[in-house]
Amino acid sequence: MLTAMKILVVEDDADAAAYLVKAFAEAGHVADHAKDGLTGYGMAEEGGYDCLIVDRMLPKMDGLTMIGGLREQGLQTPVLILSALGQVDDRVKGLRAGGDDYLPKPYAFSELLARTEILARRKTSQVADTFYAVADLRLDRLSHKVTRGGEDIPMQPREFRLLEYLMRNAGRVVTRTMLLEQVWDYHFDPGTNVIDVHVSRLRGKIDKGQAKPLLHTVRGAGYVIRDGA
Amino acid sequence: MTGLKRLVGTTAFKLSVVYMLASAIFAGGLLLYVGWNARRLIDEQIGQTLTAQINGLADQYRIGGVRRLQSIIERRSRQPGSYLLLLQGPQAEIVAGNISGLDPSVMASTVLTETTYQRFEEVDGQTQTSTRGALIRVFVLPGNSRLLVGRDLEERERLNAVLGQAIRILIGALLVFGGLGAFVVASRALARMDAMTATSQVIMAGDLSGRLPVSGSGDELDRLAVSLNAMLVRIGELMQGMKEVSDNIAHDLKTPLTRLRNSAEQALRTAGSKEEYRAALEHTIEESDGLIRTFNALLLIARTEAGAGSDNFALVDVSGLLADFVEIYEPAAEDAGCALTAEIEPGLTVQGNRELLGQVVANLIDNALKYGLPPQSGATAEIALLARRDGDNLLIRIADHGPGIPADKHDKVVERFGRLDESRNMPGSGLGLSLASAVAHLHRGRLVLGDNHPGLAVTLELPLLPVGS
Repeated sequence: MLTAMKILVVEDDADAAAYLVKAFAEAGHVADHAKDGLTGYGMAEEGGYDCLIVDRMLPKMDGLTMIGGLREQGLQTPVLILSALGQVDDRVKGLRAGGDDYLPKPYAFSELLARTEILARRKTSQVADTFYAVADLRLDRLSHKVTRGGEDIPMQPREFRLLEYLMRNAGRVVTRTMLLEQVWDYHFDPGTNVIDVHVSRLRGKIDKGQAKPLLHTVRGAGYVIRDGA
Repeated sequence: MTGLKRLVGTTAFKLSVVYMLASAIFAGGLLLYVGWNARRLIDEQIGQTLTAQINGLADQYRIGGVRRLQSIIERRSRQPGSYLLLLQGPQAEIVAGNISGLDPSVMASTVLTETTYQRFEEVDGQTQTSTRGALIRVFVLPGNSRLLVGRDLEERERLNAVLGQAIRILIGALLVFGGLGAFVVASRALARMDAMTATSQVIMAGDLSGRLPVSGSGDELDRLAVSLNAMLVRIGELMQGMKEVSDNIAHDLKTPLTRLRNSAEQALRTAGSKEEYRAALEHTIEESDGLIRTFNALLLIARTEAGAGSDNFALVDVSGLLADFVEIYEPAAEDAGCALTAEIEPGLTVQGNRELLGQVVANLIDNALKYGLPPQSGATAEIALLARRDGDNLLIRIADHGPGIPADKHDKVVERFGRLDESRNMPGSGLGLSLASAVAHLHRGRLVLGDNHPGLAVTLELPLLPVGS
């Protein structure tokens, strides 16, 4: 169901890069590696990648400069910034420089994979749909209506946004952090089960009494809404 | 020699020398001014006296003519004194008087003039002449005779001499005593600086218990020493804190790391099926994620304490933020059988970092849910969030009905990894309140722990005034 992505990892730590390339390959994607900012710049310019994963601190050309240069060239490829610097301020700086998402080190690969898949998808569907459907679950973004098998499901506004985000990324794993970001606009790791409770309430509304559950928990990663297990 | 060079090179010495030179110039200038004024006064007085004398002699002339004048002058000339008299005939011949050697041109002018003359003096029966300075006035008599009246300037010369000597003595004394003073002051300052330098070298060598000497005089060196000592105390506390933190980190990270390692080893040893391996690995990932969270929290606290996050302060809608977190946590609270009530004054705003404030509120509600449930069943489980303006402060109070924290443990739980023994086996990193406290300080506010009778009430006090004003 998911198409394979072509990813460029720009990272000077050879071990970390090798791990990422291998992990992306196992997840069904193709990843190339550039070991410094200058090489990364060249490869990104001609490569036709779906997503760039860029470390902030790179030899020869630092990550933010590289991204800024690529953006000036008109390159639209989504960029995820990795940084050991961590925390709130750096995120803002990274996004200002032209990054699309930001992940502080150390991170869980599941988080990186989920974010990369959703970033890469953005390239192909710039225009948001007004209507999402997964199996017999339907969500109308204009009338704010949700139905399953033709039955109306009443939704709180936040529940609606939660479902909307999950359905927009149907088939892709979204993490708890991503849900907190997208639905409430806070960018920290909620850490506990608060998001889980929201999701399980949502699940209660859309999957309860249904033969085929659509909203699945992916252990150690997050949630996915899809037709089939 | 080098000791003397160091002494001369000190600021105290240089300042003393400059001060001394300035004093000398000032005192000398003052004496010169006094001397000049005294001289002017003396000259003026002499002028007046001479005018009076001339007037008196002119009267005599009117009464008795030249002869009477001549006899008066001859009589007066024999008297000792400092008055000069000279009567000149129409052909510029000297008729009577006690001076000679005058520059003839002075007889032409009738204004007060300073000149030199030769005076005849009877010393031991012999007539001697000496060249002296004098102030004179000339009066023209009818028949073109001229009368000169003058006064010797000996008194004025004496005054000049006295003043000149005073200047020399004064400047000499200033140089000697000032120089000595400079040496004394500089060597005292140098001695104290040397003591301070020696102490600071001991401290630099690693002995943080060393303190700079304080003389007790309360002068500027003392004040410097006192504030440097206060700084040393603070550094010592920070070092101690760091040591405690690293001990805590070592302990609190070692525990989950050991657990992680053990469970992986256990799986390797006992798991038979693919599913068992999978479960073990998933467990491993969960444990690692917990570790990553702890690391991130530590980093965030350290950076917040270092002031990061304050450069992108913006107006934060606190009322909206709190409503968000009540919404986020309400389902979780309900699942825990706990009511989450909120009483939020609308329109509360503060200059701050929304992300950090959000995380703190999340941590506080999370803590209340984890540790704030009533110990005995049947009691009402309630978390009450209250936000309101209080004078210049914004108060965010989160109170539970749990077992609470004894007042003497309040400081401990705010420390990094500071957890009460009763909660050691409960989930959580022990970093939530440390972060809350760090964020409160970043916003120039504070975190206050109090008793909710029963339960714990945590209050975040943030100043409403924009930071920097």
